[in-house]
Amino acid sequence: MKVSSLSKRFGEVQAVRDISFSVGTGEVFAFLGPNGAGKTTTIKMLCTLAEPTSGTATVAGFDVRHQPKSVRRHIGLVFQETTLDDQLTAEENLRFHAVLYHVPPEQVASRIDQVLRLVALEDRRRDLVSTFSGGMARRLEIARGMLHTPAVLFLDEPTIGLDPQTRSLMWEDVLRMRQEAGVTIFLTTHYMDEAEYAERIAIIDHGVIVALDTPDALKRRVGEDTVELTTADNAMAEKRLAEVGYNVRRSEEAVVVFTGNGESQVARLIETAGVPVSNVHVHRPTLDDVFLHYTGREIRENHGEQAISSRMRARFARRR
Amino acid sequence: MEALPLAIAPLALVDERAELRSELRTVGMVWERELIRFERTRTRILSSFVQPVLFLFVLGYGMSTLVPTVGGFDFKKFVFPGIVAMTVVTTAIFSAISIVWDREFGFLREMLVAPVSRAALVVGKCLGGASIATVQGTIMLALAPLIGVHLTVATVFEVMGCELLMAVTLTAFGVAVASRIQRMEGFQVVMQLLLFPMLFLSGALFPLKGLPTWLTVITRINPLTYAVDPLRHFVFAVQAMTPAARAKFPVGVSLFGYTLPVGAEIGIVVALAVAFLGLALTGFGQTE
Repeated sequence: MKVSSLSKRFGEVQAVRDISFSVGTGEVFAFLGPNGAGKTTTIKMLCTLAEPTSGTATVAGFDVRHQPKSVRRHIGLVFQETTLDDQLTAEENLRFHAVLYHVPPEQVASRIDQVLRLVALEDRRRDLVSTFSGGMARRLEIARGMLHTPAVLFLDEPTIGLDPQTRSLMWEDVLRMRQEAGVTIFLTTHYMDEAEYAERIAIIDHGVIVALDTPDALKRRVGEDTVELTTADNAMAEKRLAEVGYNVRRSEEAVVVFTGNGESQVARLIETAGVPVSNVHVHRPTLDDVFLHYTGREIRENHGEQAISSRMRARFARRR
Repeated sequence: MEALPLAIAPLALVDERAELRSELRTVGMVWERELIRFERTRTRILSSFVQPVLFLFVLGYGMSTLVPTVGGFDFKKFVFPGIVAMTVVTTAIFSAISIVWDREFGFLREMLVAPVSRAALVVGKCLGGASIATVQGTIMLALAPLIGVHLTVATVFEVMGCELLMAVTLTAFGVAVASRIQRMEGFQVVMQLLLFPMLFLSGALFPLKGLPTWLTVITRINPLTYAVDPLRHFVFAVQAMTPAARAKFPVGVSLFGYTLPVGAEIGIVVALAVAFLGLALTGFGQTE
């Protein structure tokens, strides 16, 4: 997947501004940013659901502007909102999808078995989707997105409104698929911990990519690790560590050392301190820190509300 | 160089055939989904019979006291084909409501982003709704002996043909409206506003003869008029009716003093079906 100078304008509003990046085959790539940053607009352009105002993009080797049908055939889509028919069974939903995405008739049954196994829903295949929990429905959608063996799987806010346990279950599914099918995964999210699953992250704000790198590299760029040592003699430890050139400070009950690559330094720090150490705590900068660093804002602002409303929608949908 | 076009042509042909096959598969799948969903909503099946049966008995028996029986042929027998048509029309139009549901619950999106043509989706949807409506209308025929209407096997098939044509036209009409409406309530309001006047002024419930001029004009503009009449024509063709009864309960639609043959009426409905399908297709394309 290759994107260059992609832009989208809605009237006066420039939703996406001149973004460029490329994603390798089999990579997990995350778009991280607050609501309204342009994540969904970008995904829509890549899925040929919105026409770019300018710029080009190729997905799975096809141009999004000139070969939209080929693009759609080779991508899997999981939207923010549920797009299942809850009056049909899981299997019927999948069969419908298989036909619409030209899965050869003789392969349909085996593909359905395969994807249901991937998300561990084989025993629910004949149940109506209306009896599914939000998490199960979401996993079924992911299975459906994989049904026609896409080259790229797009996940737009895939875990919105799901509880943490379901989220990690869903992620296990996704990563297993990546391993077994070698599919490229492109996701958008505003959950920091979710972006951690990605191999590379693009932080997008106001339609612009403000940073793009691996989670580790992004964190490193923001700042050093902090290593907290609780020792028998904090004053002595501080003095010795400072002598060999560490940047050290003393908190109430511990010595705090600022250093790059904190984990690998632990043994040396303890040795240098030369006093009995009772507790070590290494804190790495989180993606929250990274986001704050690049955008000057907390990503969590205003998100609680949206998560609730989408969950309520899902529940209303169930009630039909 | 000259060999090149020869090499490409069969390839393109194979491609086109595969394309057509997958389009037909899509039509079949969308059709099947409509049927599965219908079969699962038992209450809908039952409730769609309540109204026509009510009309048949209330109107049939009620009016029979006002409209005299002519040569053993009463108003119930006259209104019966109209009620069958009414069942088909109502079921067909309201089957399009599933588009509004699909939009509200996101499934429309699943269909629209798929690498298939909108035409395949619309045709599948229309055929699905039309099949259901035809089945419903045909089940209504079971009441014929109760009313004293005589049916032959051939008549049943003729009636089913009329029902299917009527159903396709009305489902396409419903889809054309539904795809331009965003909300459930909107669809229901629009449909009630359109459906009842169209049904009442179609000749389904009273003969279109001897009406005031303004009413005559409206009934001739009403597309349903041309769909209901052939159905009644085929049913009445096998009834034992005295000439007096035929004069009292006539079939056929006269236009500018000329009675249209059944073939022409069917032709008009086919043309309408094509037009509504066109409107349904353009409407469906605009939905996102």
